[in-house]
Amino acid sequence: MKEFASDKKSRVPAFLSFVVIALFYLAVFIAEQHLPATSMLFTVLKKGATYALVAVSMNLLNGFTGIFSLGQAGFMLIGAYTYAIFTIPLEQRESVYQYFQGGAVHFTVPVPVALIFAGLAAAFFAFLIGLPVLRLKSDYLAIATLGFAEIIRAIFQWNQLGPITNGSNMLRMFPNFNDFNIRNASGEVTVYLSTTIPFIIAGVCIALIVLLIHSGYGRAFKAIRDDEIAAEAMGINLAHHKQLAFSISSFFAGVGGAMLAMYQTTVQAKSFTSAMTYEILLIVVIGGVGSVTGSVFSSFLFVACSEWWLRFLDEKQMIGTFEVPLLRNGFRLVIFSLIIMIVVLFFRRGIMGTKELPDLFRRKTKEGIK
Amino acid sequence: MWSTVFPYLLSGISVGGQYALIAIGYTMVYGILRLINFAHGDVFMVSGILMVYLVASGIPLYVSIPLVLVLTAFIGFLIERVAYKPLRSAPRMSVMISAIGVSYTLQNLVLYITGGLNQIYPTIPWISNSVTIFGATTKMVTIITPFLTILLVFALVFLINKTKIGMAMRAVSKDFETSQLMGIKINSVISTTFVIGSFLAGVGSMLYFTNYTTVIQTSGAMPGLKAFVAAVFGGIGSIPGAVVGAFIIGIMENIIKGLDVILFKAGMIAKPLGLATFSDAFTFALLIIILVVKPTGLFGEKTTDKV
Repeated sequence: MKEFASDKKSRVPAFLSFVVIALFYLAVFIAEQHLPATSMLFTVLKKGATYALVAVSMNLLNGFTGIFSLGQAGFMLIGAYTYAIFTIPLEQRESVYQYFQGGAVHFTVPVPVALIFAGLAAAFFAFLIGLPVLRLKSDYLAIATLGFAEIIRAIFQWNQLGPITNGSNMLRMFPNFNDFNIRNASGEVTVYLSTTIPFIIAGVCIALIVLLIHSGYGRAFKAIRDDEIAAEAMGINLAHHKQLAFSISSFFAGVGGAMLAMYQTTVQAKSFTSAMTYEILLIVVIGGVGSVTGSVFSSFLFVACSEWWLRFLDEKQMIGTFEVPLLRNGFRLVIFSLIIMIVVLFFRRGIMGTKELPDLFRRKTKEGIK
Repeated sequence: MWSTVFPYLLSGISVGGQYALIAIGYTMVYGILRLINFAHGDVFMVSGILMVYLVASGIPLYVSIPLVLVLTAFIGFLIERVAYKPLRSAPRMSVMISAIGVSYTLQNLVLYITGGLNQIYPTIPWISNSVTIFGATTKMVTIITPFLTILLVFALVFLINKTKIGMAMRAVSKDFETSQLMGIKINSVISTTFVIGSFLAGVGSMLYFTNYTTVIQTSGAMPGLKAFVAAVFGGIGSIPGAVVGAFIIGIMENIIKGLDVILFKAGMIAKPLGLATFSDAFTFALLIIILVVKPTGLFGEKTTDKV
């Protein structure tokens, strides 16, 4: 209803948000050319972009379709591995797969193709697991998908699959974000793109998700979220739509996983634990369940707090001669989790509630008219 | 053949008993609040850490053991009051997210206190002793666990079936609102449930960590998840179901851990297949199968959704 009404209103808010996003991208690009590449800012931006994509993909399920899935880490793992397996340069395979005679895969594909492969592989597994699991209700579904992620983690560590997955050893040497920088013949970087490209990948994916949400399918998803039985009575094919949302969300989680692989420069199955899924879920909750903007915003906030802004809590701080008590390794995470608990308990709508970026401008322009 | 399988079977039964003690906490809370208490596994872990620190501070074992159990029960009570009670009228998903938040907080708190290092669990005399049974050497705790578990379960079933608070619990799990109208103090019933669940997790943690000897902030996650699977497997809300499920999962998991050795000795495989990797994954495969085939679990009651 709200959506319907907003279609008739002026296109100014949408245009304004587009301008804001474009300016932000431009700022990132310019900052990257002029600030030292080792700056903490870029670590946060790269990881933030990765998490933003995964958080939005989770929000598509949890916030827009009402499917409470906790399998995100599993799909990210599939994406990360697919990407790594198809992009490790042939000459490096011998050293990466040192225990498996150079592995079983003897070709590489370009990075963009590998990213799509990563998404497709995750979506394919999601489709398979969705067949039985999506029939389950809320918390049973959550625990089943969580279990699925654990199964995937075990399978990828299985020694018998070593020639493909390298067993429990890590995959490395594949192209990472730094390889996007354009270098001249002597190897000096002429144009820095190592932060801009992840932003573009995440941006395109999130834009596709937003388009999906605003399409007829998106409306069907929301109808399922609001009331399954009513949606079914209205002629929405529940199984079909749930399967679709689940596979699409996993596709983007897979791409996000591939981005995480690029960010980390190495992949190891054992790091994709359920704790990772919880972290992403908390990001979604802090941003507001049902708001794409909120998820993106809180991803950057979450990453910035955990990697950068709250770092000082982990070190001894002196005010004059007074040593601030309690500050030592790990204190940051305690404060962080307490903030999260406060948000979960007292600000249940999160930062954005269900509002999106254009809504912010809309309110402002309204007030301006009044 | 038997001599190869037996040690795995033995440790399976033992671990199963320990899972059972955790699983009861899950199943009781789910029965009453319809909430997967994700923090329960971490309560179990915190109980282990408490024991480490209390013993290290010089308190004798005969004081610290009961003290740990009381403190664990209190932590369970506290979590419910702080993190779940304010959300009583909120959607179920909010409460579940709150539970995940509590789990995250507890893990980080322990990480901060311990500095993220493995803590050596104190040796409890007698139950840590080695013992040889039918040719398999194991710790005393392995033998004791199943008996203690069964004993505690009988006590609990008695409590639920024969006492007033037990009757109140059954009423609340049948129908939340009606029992409130009948004058049952919902909050005290829920608190009691958490206290009992956490107390049993405390006992479970003593047995479990005596066996595994080290505690770290993530120690509770996997046993917690497995115990939850056990609770679902047995039919969530049913105490005997949770116990049976826990034993099945404990035994199967340990058999799989030893499957390579067993198959190899039986001459069925030529070289190890590394099947032990799947000992955790198997539990979850079992979960998905049971959810698809019989979503209510082995002993669960059939429920229908109302429009």
